[in-house]
Amino acid sequence: MLSSVDVSLIDWSRAQFALTAMYHWLFVPLTLGLGAIIGIMETVYYVKRDDFWRRLTQFWMKLFAINFAVGVATGLILEFEFGTNWSNYSWIVGDIFGAPLAIEGIVAFFMEATFIAVMFFGWKKVSPGFHLASTWLTALGATFSAWWILVANSWMQYPVGMEFNPETVRHEMVSFVSIALSPMAIVKFLHTVSSGWMTGAVFVVGVSSWYLLRGRQQQFARASLGVGTAFGLFACFFAMFSGDMSGVTVAEKQPMKLASFEGLYDGSEHAPFTVAGPIQIPNMLTFLATHKMTAFVPGINDILNGGYELEDGTKALSAEQKMAYGREAMASFTAFREADKAGDMAAAAVAKKDLMEKMPYFGYGHIQSREELVPPVPLLFWSFRIMVGLGGLFVLLFVALLFLIIKDRLMKFPLLLKGAVACIPLVYICSQAGWICAEVGRQPWAIQDLLPVSAAVSGIQTASVQITFFLFLLLFTVLLVVEIRIMLQAIRKGPDMQ
Amino acid sequence: MITYAFLQQYWWFLIALLGAILVFLLFVQGANSMIFSLGRTEQERKLIINSTGRKWELTFTTLVTFGGAFFASFPLFYSTSFGGAYWLWVLILLSFVIQAVGYEFQNKLGNLLGTTTFRWFLVINGLFGPLLIGCAVATFFNGSEFLIDKSNLTDSLQPVISRWANAGHGLDALLDPWNLVLGFAVFFLARVLGHLYIINNVEDENLRCRSSVQLIGATVPFLILFVAFLVRTLLKDGYAYDPESGIVSMEPMKYFHNLTEMWQLAVLLLIGLVLALYGIIRTIVSKTYIRGIWPTGAGVILVVLVLLLLAGWNHTAYYPSNTDLQSSLTIENSSSSYFTLSVMSIVSLLVPFVVAYIAYCWHALDRGGLSHKDLEQGNHQY
Repeated sequence: MLSSVDVSLIDWSRAQFALTAMYHWLFVPLTLGLGAIIGIMETVYYVKRDDFWRRLTQFWMKLFAINFAVGVATGLILEFEFGTNWSNYSWIVGDIFGAPLAIEGIVAFFMEATFIAVMFFGWKKVSPGFHLASTWLTALGATFSAWWILVANSWMQYPVGMEFNPETVRHEMVSFVSIALSPMAIVKFLHTVSSGWMTGAVFVVGVSSWYLLRGRQQQFARASLGVGTAFGLFACFFAMFSGDMSGVTVAEKQPMKLASFEGLYDGSEHAPFTVAGPIQIPNMLTFLATHKMTAFVPGINDILNGGYELEDGTKALSAEQKMAYGREAMASFTAFREADKAGDMAAAAVAKKDLMEKMPYFGYGHIQSREELVPPVPLLFWSFRIMVGLGGLFVLLFVALLFLIIKDRLMKFPLLLKGAVACIPLVYICSQAGWICAEVGRQPWAIQDLLPVSAAVSGIQTASVQITFFLFLLLFTVLLVVEIRIMLQAIRKGPDMQ
Repeated sequence: MITYAFLQQYWWFLIALLGAILVFLLFVQGANSMIFSLGRTEQERKLIINSTGRKWELTFTTLVTFGGAFFASFPLFYSTSFGGAYWLWVLILLSFVIQAVGYEFQNKLGNLLGTTTFRWFLVINGLFGPLLIGCAVATFFNGSEFLIDKSNLTDSLQPVISRWANAGHGLDALLDPWNLVLGFAVFFLARVLGHLYIINNVEDENLRCRSSVQLIGATVPFLILFVAFLVRTLLKDGYAYDPESGIVSMEPMKYFHNLTEMWQLAVLLLIGLVLALYGIIRTIVSKTYIRGIWPTGAGVILVVLVLLLLAGWNHTAYYPSNTDLQSSLTIENSSSSYFTLSVMSIVSLLVPFVVAYIAYCWHALDRGGLSHKDLEQGNHQY
């Protein structure tokens, strides 16, 4: 038994979850993107009934299968880690968080698991139409899965549609629609899925470029490059649009996260966007965060000190005031539990009323110092720039490729093709940076303002988590290395176009 | 008006049904555990692997959905058991993780660890997956050591609601002989189902004949262990709770009383046992009968369903605490709110539709069984 929940247990639990999530997120984007691209390719085959497109589809399907296996493996661990490592969290928010996970299983996972078997093994067993439908349903299943897990994740960033019940000691759902269709969920879904499409497109374009550079499988590579480029450009613009929406939502709901992205300590009504170092674009942050030319964007110090005017006209509270309210909420909670146990209903009602008034600050009762409320700024600042910078690079890549494909001058620019190959690792760095922004930016909260990670963790020994961390690290790394080797071998071997 | 109590019972039924279907689908693990003993040649082993390879994702997805549904409907179990019996669940998960890659990677160029290693991943999952799941389920009847105090949330040193009361963190479940009895029963049951599935799905006379013979060797220990567990469970003291006060107490022969008070379950149990035995026995005695997986599978689903319903219905604590009886989990004190269970119940109306398309696709892919010719001609194989 633990004498207390120590910092190392929290850090190791976070490290284990981050490790699993980041490995999982290496495979999921490609599943989302490649799934859609395979669907497009097979649709062309279905319409044209040209065997060339069937073989082309089957080659990318083979790479899809290699990638899918590890995604499934890491996903299983991720789902159960909510319970194994965050048991308090699982109870306190399970009433809300569990539902999207279960719906994901019923609606999405079975769709994926069933139709993927038809997609791989059904070419000669079912009709072409049924096979095509299976391929799209597999892609749709993966996308539905992303929807529900992102609904759950968004609720952690912006908790809505619930009420705290001091009798059961948990937050309880009161509006499913508010949770499933919260603005945070919608933009997160659009941005995450479009980034997955982008990953798939960069992958297809990069691999196809490699064939063109090698002078192999020219017809196959050109066709794949065409599909990848068109889809990639669409995905990029979608990601830019949803990214912009995401910025406004984060500014509104998680101002500390936005300030950390920008390394903005002191806010202003004309906040500049820092490109890097001293290079700044005046007024740009205000515009991006609020879509207005003049509006106050609070910095980290403003959020900690409070006193600035919020959108509803009230003054922002300081960190110390929120922490004091949090402790008062906890005291009311304890008073309610004791009065309820003693059968003193009048005292319980008073305590409950006090608790509900201070409930928005309940999580702050666990916070010991204002410094805890600031996520790691340098990590977020650079992750954000890497994500946005690389996203911009991919837009340029797809625009240039599309122009050269239309002009039929692709082979005259081998440097661009080499750049496309180099973009494959970069797109993974981009999506990992995005994930860091989303999740590290939420710290120290498991549930924004309501439950810090320090109060969400399981009561297990740090040594247990350390052992499983290294166990998972070893296992996932071996699987990643094997996957990359198999993928490279399959690409080197190339499609069977005969 | 649908009552809260009804929704709690309904969701326990769905959890029990998912658990029952999961046990049936362990035929994948059962067959995989015998890749090297049942398959004597490379071609035979390939047939076994490719046969289960068309179904493994259903087992896997059922396991994931089982976890998700438990989280959604009985979150206090999710937090207490997964956070407490940490090592037991981690071992189960690890065995399924290595299975997930075992199929796809084994025959690919550049797989680094070699074909045999990935096949052993499948075997390890086939051996330990069912055994550990069986041990975990047995704790529903035999109890575990944990404490729950929701007031701990405001404890500044240790705000942990569910705490495990020993350092074993789930490994303690493997020290209880009766947990091991059910664990091994599920292990042998998975092999029984694996044989029946291979006989039904693989078009190879040698494999079918060998499976038919080996089926006896798996059935005998399964029956002995399962009957021992069932009889002991029905006769032992069980964990009852008072529906008014919620107080948990030990009741002699609680599970037997559950069976008699819910006589419909006794009938289902009997039908399940008969169906399970019918499929096995007819497969053993008849050289031409290959459909044993269906009656036995249906029987297994009924039997496991009844067992899990006995654990949670009729005012029974389904996840008992031997450290503090009052910390035991019941479907009343551990469930989600009325609202959440209602929303989830609406979603559950999709289940028949999901089952229907799974059945259709299964039928479409299995038409004619899996033969050597299919392996030669298929564009995707393991």
